[in-house]
Amino acid sequence: MVDINPLVIFIASIFTNNMILSNFLGMCSFIAVSNEIETSFSLGQAVTFVLTCTSLLNYLIYNYILEPLGLEYLRYIIFIIVIAAFVQLVEMVIERYFEHLYFSLGIFLPLITVNCAILGVSLFMVIRNYDLIQSVLFGAGSGIGWTLAIVSLAGMRKKLKNAKIPKGLEGPGITLIITGIMALAFLGFSGIVQIQ
Amino acid sequence: MVDILKTVLIISSITGALAYLLSLANKTIGNYGEKKMIINEEYDYVVDGGDTLLTALIDNEIFIPSACGGKGSCGYCKVKVNDGGGRFLPTESGYVSKDEQEEGIRLSCQLKVKEDIKIEIDEELFNVKQYDYNINFITDVTPKIKHLRVQLPDDNEISFKPGQYIQILTPKYKGNRDEVYRAYSIASAPKENQNLELFIGYIPNGICTTYVHQHLTPSDKITIVGPYGDFFYQHSDREMVMVAIGTGMAPIMSILKYMRDEHIDRKVTFYFGARTRDDLYMIGELEALAKDLPRFRLITCLSRPTEACNWDGEKGRVTNLIEKYLDNGPECEAYLCGSPVMIDSVTPLLQEKGIPEEYIFYDKFE
Repeated sequence: MVDINPLVIFIASIFTNNMILSNFLGMCSFIAVSNEIETSFSLGQAVTFVLTCTSLLNYLIYNYILEPLGLEYLRYIIFIIVIAAFVQLVEMVIERYFEHLYFSLGIFLPLITVNCAILGVSLFMVIRNYDLIQSVLFGAGSGIGWTLAIVSLAGMRKKLKNAKIPKGLEGPGITLIITGIMALAFLGFSGIVQIQ
Repeated sequence: MVDILKTVLIISSITGALAYLLSLANKTIGNYGEKKMIINEEYDYVVDGGDTLLTALIDNEIFIPSACGGKGSCGYCKVKVNDGGGRFLPTESGYVSKDEQEEGIRLSCQLKVKEDIKIEIDEELFNVKQYDYNINFITDVTPKIKHLRVQLPDDNEISFKPGQYIQILTPKYKGNRDEVYRAYSIASAPKENQNLELFIGYIPNGICTTYVHQHLTPSDKITIVGPYGDFFYQHSDREMVMVAIGTGMAPIMSILKYMRDEHIDRKVTFYFGARTRDDLYMIGELEALAKDLPRFRLITCLSRPTEACNWDGEKGRVTNLIEKYLDNGPECEAYLCGSPVMIDSVTPLLQEKGIPEEYIFYDKFE
């Protein structure tokens, strides 16, 4: 266990250690689904929810099953299976009982099964020796940070629709450049708190 | 050794536990029970809730057109849902226009039946059946067109209107990873209700054409579903103008055979275009039909005759023929069949010649 206040981890994972902007994880849906603010917000919510829950689940499995048995090296496969099964289960529940939520959030769930930000969070919490509360807040913070990044990007892309962009840069090209500049801007936060 | 066992055991038990959980969830949460599907306010079916509407229809042997097999990528399986369809899904919006949405049109492969549902489909679709046909023969009629004759299994019969089409379910083969449906017009007479004849042109990299031209053997079976289509023979006394190029001749041939079998005596002019003499096929059959249909006239033209063709007939495109021979447009009705380019250039010409728009029927091969 590392001695960092869980709240510091929470804040840091939103701003200074943002999954997308400092680790470049979860890029594919970040680029693909950032056309509309509304949809990217829904996707962000889905990611946040799944991140929080899977970091808790994976923490429990890792610390109470894998580690005592000395099977830490199985963490990749186990984490991936747990994430995939969890996402599937959540999709079923939402589709059945929360119809409204299904339309805003549910359709994105399959998309994030293989979002590397989610596997990344589970792996980082293990590598960094976080305890339970730290892990869950790290998961939640990373999700919020991811949402913040994708919603800001969507906002910018919306403005860009009317801008004159060189032909070769349209779509993903300009998006990657914007992401780079955003990452630079977020570096400005690094004075606040720092984990890792 | 112990390590290996431990690893295998842990992975299997965690995966197993999750699989158990998921199958449990599928049985409980994912199970919507039996739902009622009412079609055209008349026919009741019981379907498994949670299935897509397309699956529910196919389970009840109602085959609505679908080219992609339910992946939501062709947009053919549209159905009008009057009640119980739930909210419109984002996955449908690419294929269903705003106006259609307001009418209640849905993409049946995307929509899941979660409550009792009321839909409307074309009555004709109840006639559509899927069978594994036996193959009588496959022959080349031109270097690029195969003539395929298939026979219904057992003593089943198919009833179709002359001019309609069927869909071939193209199976997976090396180079094709998905099962897809592709449409082909029927060339045989409705009277022969245990057989179908088809003309299948070769398109490089075409999924179904490659299958028929390169993989299908006479000992295979071929899955065909149909009939479909609103392009068919219309009963009237108007003079008939028929225009076709390439494999577009198939439905025209079916209509002509139908007229022969029913002893319908109408004035018919068939403008049939091809590139070279090799591409003009079934001319013998058409001439034989001309003997039985006293007022049938076949006019052929070649757009690119070569020396080897030894062609002294008409040259140019079918539009040139119509320009030259058609002079009583207002008394005619037209049947066009072939590529979109041909149809889009012939339709305005026929209207110019005086054929009213509502008497121009066409089947665009897209």
